[in-house]
Amino acid sequence: MEMFKGYDPGKFYDEMFGEDGAVRGHCAPLLNRFGHLDQKEFLSRKANSELYFLRQGITFNVYHDNRGTERIFPFDPVPRVLTAAEWEHLEAGLTQRIVALNLFLHDVYHDQQILKDEVIPRFYIEQAKHYRPEFRGVDVPADIYIHICGSDLIRGADGEYYVLEDNGRCPSGASYLLENRNALKRAFPAIFDEMGVRPVDSYPRDLLNMLHHISPTRDSDPVCVLLTPGCHNSAYFEHCYLAREMGIDIVEGGDLVVVDKFVYMRTTRGLKRVDVIYRRIDDDFIDPVVFRKDSVLGVPGLMNAYRAGNVALANAVGTGVADDKVIYYFVPRMIQYYLGQEPILKNVPTYLASEEEDKKFILSHLPELVVKAANESGGYGMLMGPSASKAEIEKFRELIIADPRNYIAQPVISLSRSPTWCDGAMEGRHIDLRPYIIYGNEVKIVPGGLTRVALTKDSLIVNSSQGGGSKDTWVLRH
Amino acid sequence: MLSRVANTFYWMVRYVERADNLSRLIDVNQQLLLDSERLDSDRLRGFWQPIILSTGDEEAFNTLYDKAGSAEVIRFLTDDRRNPNSIISCISLARENARTVRDQLSDELWEEINALYLFTQSDDANSLIAADPARYYQKVRRSAETFLGIASSTISRNEAWDFMDLGRQLERADKTTRFLDVASYLPEGSEGVETSGILHWSAILRSCGALGAYRGLNRPINARGVVDFLMFSKDFPRSVRFCVEKADISLHRISGTPRGTFSNEAERETGRLLADLNFSTIEEAFANGLHGYLDGLQERFNRIGGAIFESYVLMPERIQVCPVPESRSPSALTLWQMQQQQQQQ
Repeated sequence: MEMFKGYDPGKFYDEMFGEDGAVRGHCAPLLNRFGHLDQKEFLSRKANSELYFLRQGITFNVYHDNRGTERIFPFDPVPRVLTAAEWEHLEAGLTQRIVALNLFLHDVYHDQQILKDEVIPRFYIEQAKHYRPEFRGVDVPADIYIHICGSDLIRGADGEYYVLEDNGRCPSGASYLLENRNALKRAFPAIFDEMGVRPVDSYPRDLLNMLHHISPTRDSDPVCVLLTPGCHNSAYFEHCYLAREMGIDIVEGGDLVVVDKFVYMRTTRGLKRVDVIYRRIDDDFIDPVVFRKDSVLGVPGLMNAYRAGNVALANAVGTGVADDKVIYYFVPRMIQYYLGQEPILKNVPTYLASEEEDKKFILSHLPELVVKAANESGGYGMLMGPSASKAEIEKFRELIIADPRNYIAQPVISLSRSPTWCDGAMEGRHIDLRPYIIYGNEVKIVPGGLTRVALTKDSLIVNSSQGGGSKDTWVLRH
Repeated sequence: MLSRVANTFYWMVRYVERADNLSRLIDVNQQLLLDSERLDSDRLRGFWQPIILSTGDEEAFNTLYDKAGSAEVIRFLTDDRRNPNSIISCISLARENARTVRDQLSDELWEEINALYLFTQSDDANSLIAADPARYYQKVRRSAETFLGIASSTISRNEAWDFMDLGRQLERADKTTRFLDVASYLPEGSEGVETSGILHWSAILRSCGALGAYRGLNRPINARGVVDFLMFSKDFPRSVRFCVEKADISLHRISGTPRGTFSNEAERETGRLLADLNFSTIEEAFANGLHGYLDGLQERFNRIGGAIFESYVLMPERIQVCPVPESRSPSALTLWQMQQQQQQQ
């Protein structure tokens, strides 16, 4: 057990060790195999996995950095392990959630029954930054809005899973999930032996099946493309990777033209009709005729083709209203309202700054809370009360008072930790979990998801843009 | 195939080929310098001037450097990021293009260009240029050749291949004429190109990797023989005629038009150039000065490149709206917008 000598699980929920310090049953074989490696071998294998990422070009772009603009996403070789029972619970909860979110989006863009019944105050929807009233009454292909959802799950000190947020616009990171598995298999093949780890390689297939399912044409072989902002976007590697795995073309805005409300791509043999677009461009930039006029990334006229039902988009336009952090507060109510069920997965307790009671509470407890802007992601636009300076807290106080609709607050959840290799020793680091839920003909969730880890000691922020790394995630068959 | 992707394949290979040719040129001339008697600074300038001219970047060089000594020229052509045609810039651009079509390349092919890119960016490369330049250039050449070798064994012989081959052949043809053009600027030029020394002509042969092939012919190394070989050889893969014929074949494979006929400007220009080369003699190449002759060819290569872009990427006859930007380097606005797209990470 040399590798884990002196490991301290601390006062947190540790994914590998129980409160008594003994290894959790489902992790025992894994610990055993890692324990038998000596440090030298471990390090050389770890270095190999890093070289694999670099040589494969599995990198993300760091903005505001003139040289060395590409970094590898740090990868920790100690996997995070979920039992079959845990996963069954998560799968059921996530399925319930994506079904409810889609019913909600259909409703919001049609009759708005949920607003009429005053389950959600109308004001919150109409003030939502990503609400697109111009799309009310438009039927979308197969009546699906969020086709790919990346919900962030965390596990608290009580060992229970909570949903932290739903990413229903362009969730990214699925390629890392797939490549983490590849890298770990190459570097540490022996640890997989007879563990019964469920494979993850079905993701691109599930994604493509979903794209086929939403094609507006009856054609059995629809033309699907992935629309990327271009090679200077931070997630360009992922766009290429997924397009290649699915065997579809990756296109930029300039590759597409709209003629008579149909979308075509320019090829060396002339124009070719496009049926389905897996878009990784935000709503705001997707069509300069309808949204931002100055967008050079979009496709003029695309929204006309979309309204006419001649092309499908995944995800649909306007899904951002559902992953607004204020609307998040109402997801449990949506589940009750549309499905008549109790939510299987809980939300993190949340305070809305635009509710008077809540606002009072937030403003008087700022140093203990996490404050988040309603529409930011990537760890931007947030205040971690306990570690914030006085000035930062005062800045957020003003922001909240000036624009309460745009802020929520949550108690600090002490995320669970997982043993992680940190400069010469195994130490506990906080992690979360992002599963990727695909909603097409049926709901498909690739076992596990992307486990993100905050590499900085004591940090609770796992985003790659904020110094986070990732781990392979194992779901066991039994 | 997407027009943009075709264009990307074409440029990816063109840049690799360009880096390869540049490293050949510098390496061979550096060696040549070792053979020469000691040169004073004027002679040294005279020695390097044609090499800068031969890559067509004299103006850029003069803006960036005061002196034209060996160190400056080598730096300018090798690892100066400000020179868009330096080896390091070419490899970055090749890799950038490869990254854009990463989904369609074999892993080995991507890894090769990525590894070459990582090498040129490394401190190792930096110290190698100073300590052992020959090894640096050899490494670039080897890697470029490996890249083309992997490409030829892992890319299907489809449109992607044809566009790659077009890029390679046009770049090669162009660089071969530029190697030959070096002779026009040599100090000995006062007595005419035809009398310049055997040392220079064998250096030019070596630049093109043609010394062995030429020796096999048992012909003396002189202006006529070398120009004839590198211009008109039917068999040598870097001769201008060979490259233009290959380009012609690729163009007709893309369009499906029978050779000897044409369906677009690119085919017409290429076919006409090939006919000229097929029916020219070495006397005609020298008749009005070699430099002028080569210059004319370079202009025709450019026209072919432009016509390929028009026919397959721009397609003005098919699309009136939304022009495609020709340059691969995006504006500040485009860059900013690309980065703004929230990939929910």
